[in-house]
Amino acid sequence: MIRWLLLLFGGALLGGVVHLATIIILPRTATQDAFARLEKIAPINTVTALPAPKPTGATMPFMDPAFASAVCRYDLTEGPLKLTVPVSLAYTSISFYTRHDVAYYAINDRAAGRRVIELELMTPEQHNQMPEDEDITAADRLIVESPTINGLIAIRALAPEPGLMPMAQNAIANAKCVRQELSAASR
Amino acid sequence: MRLLTGTLFALIVAAIVGLGTTYLALTRGAAFGALTIGSWTAWPKTGTADADPYARAAIARTGQLPIALGDGVSFTAQSDDNGKLLDGRCDVVLTGITPTARFWTLTLYNPDGELVANSINRFGFSSQEIVRHADGSFEIVATPRAQPGNWLPTGGVERYALVLRLYDTAVGVSTKAGREVPMPQVTTRSCP
Repeated sequence: MIRWLLLLFGGALLGGVVHLATIIILPRTATQDAFARLEKIAPINTVTALPAPKPTGATMPFMDPAFASAVCRYDLTEGPLKLTVPVSLAYTSISFYTRHDVAYYAINDRAAGRRVIELELMTPEQHNQMPEDEDITAADRLIVESPTINGLIAIRALAPEPGLMPMAQNAIANAKCVRQELSAASR
Repeated sequence: MRLLTGTLFALIVAAIVGLGTTYLALTRGAAFGALTIGSWTAWPKTGTADADPYARAAIARTGQLPIALGDGVSFTAQSDDNGKLLDGRCDVVLTGITPTARFWTLTLYNPDGELVANSINRFGFSSQEIVRHADGSFEIVATPRAQPGNWLPTGGVERYALVLRLYDTAVGVSTKAGREVPMPQVTTRSCP
């Protein structure tokens, strides 16, 4: 009897280890996460408008139907990216996600405080390679450091009423994410 | 033989306990730092780089992009204030006001996070669309039958979830539940 209880206890302890291991490994093995879903439809380093979510199907679950959205799936191996997003009338936000869909930075039109949001996205190494004086003089340059080489930028504009959706989509359609040569970026 | 059955038994227990708890944690939404106000729950930390392993696993499993904290906060309600699960065949009333935010949207999803089909193609409300009382409070009725005022059609589905997203808001990781964050009350008025 005691033997079986001990085995049960040992099994439960081992179960705890299995639990923690699966939780930690799961994001690395998920085949249907947002990044994998977008990999199929979004080319690299280009802004792709996402279709509005419909009851018959959506790119991702829990998308907000009041927003026009676009993504830029980025790869920084060949240099930093420059992101330009015109602000729509109501509310525009740009969120940055790592390869495993963890949001590490977000900015909205009010925080950016201008008609066109301009951002530069680079890895910490690329940021370190920039000439130092550049960093100080360009105080109005928004530089975002990506913790991963790959990731997603989600650009979203609110249509406060369904009738304003075309306007929000237009603002998104003019967004650009362009790869920059490192030398050009630091000139 | 005794050793073999014993080991096998322990391993089976480990598999059941380990995978079972993982499944439960991911389907019940177990992440740290939950902010619960009435029937609404938000995980502000899930939208930051500090997201804990449970939040990361849940994000990967559902395949959604969580709303980043610099963008807003998303509150989910799966039951009314009495703990009754939201039923698309009942009349569910949302009354009250929302925390300060530049914009908010309220959206109705099925448990898988898909929009629910309905005759007028309304899937939710934004803060600008809503009809309010003189004091700024509002009342939204979620029901399959057409209603005057703010009607949120449920399409008659058995279970649904309401997601209230606050954009550009002060609500965040340091927010404590209480008087500073008034969330709408959710009550089931009548069931056929």
